[in-house]
Amino acid sequence: MKYENWILLILVIILLVAPFVIYSGLGEDQGYFGGADDQGSDAVSETGYQPWFSSLWEPPSGEIESLLFAVQAAIGAIIIGYAFGYWRGQASNKKDN
Amino acid sequence: MEGFLPPMWCLIWYIIMIPIVGYGIYQIKKITEEYPDTKALLAVSGAFMFVLSSLKMPSVTGSCSHPCGNGLGVALFGPAITGVLGTIVLIFQALLLAHGGITTLGANCLSMGIIGPFCGWVVYKACQKVGVNTKVNIFLTAFVADIMTYFVTSVELALAFPVPSFGAAFAKFFIIFMPTQIPLGIAEGLLTVIIWNGLLSYKPELLEKLNVINPQDVPSGDD
Repeated sequence: MKYENWILLILVIILLVAPFVIYSGLGEDQGYFGGADDQGSDAVSETGYQPWFSSLWEPPSGEIESLLFAVQAAIGAIIIGYAFGYWRGQASNKKDN
Repeated sequence: MEGFLPPMWCLIWYIIMIPIVGYGIYQIKKITEEYPDTKALLAVSGAFMFVLSSLKMPSVTGSCSHPCGNGLGVALFGPAITGVLGTIVLIFQALLLAHGGITTLGANCLSMGIIGPFCGWVVYKACQKVGVNTKVNIFLTAFVADIMTYFVTSVELALAFPVPSFGAAFAKFFIIFMPTQIPLGIAEGLLTVIIWNGLLSYKPELLEKLNVINPQDVPSGDD
């Protein structure tokens, strides 16, 4: 199907935009859009547990953290794009010969 | 989270994880010798995990979480190799992002790299056998692998913190993770289908050689 990937992509976007519409105007201060991971570790802390080890290095600020997450996504995206571009070239070469 | 499991549980999960990841490394060596073409496919599977696990997405429950990206690797290569890919991603996140952790690497690798994907893999192989459309199949696989990752995480946390009981603790963690994860699992499934479509159109022979798709799944030339 010609437009299959576009339809799939639009569905993903709808799924991810829906929360912003549903909880429009609400933010972290009202308890929205926080991380489920953090809620998990909060629940652990509530049992009275004290972590016995802390990270060797922590990103010193939210800015640095988002930089590193972006780097992670970029590294992955470059590899995927490179491989698919390479395969596409291979496939069109085959057709020409 | 770093240090968020008692030392005993860190050790237990490491002991279970290490032989599986070791076997995965052996499998990678074998498969890349047999089919050198698979190296790029391995790189794409690992990269897909890299991208998806870095994207913290909002969910309709009002919390954020991230998908795992482990469905693609497991459909292509099985759970042991996915365990190796998961270990690489988790070490990166633990050392540079203070996300996950070195002490909890065993636990996280088992949930995101091995047992979650294993459940997806069972779905994939069963659906392949009965001839379910390969695109529907990869969607289900990615969804199940993502959801089961958090199911296993809930079990691991409940085992370490059975307060007041294992069942109650499991229910508590399950409710924190699962409703948020379901829409993200669907999003992850859809994204995995997009990558799968690419692989189907560029590398159908390789997928067939790896016994990942059946001959009738190969798209016809004029697609």
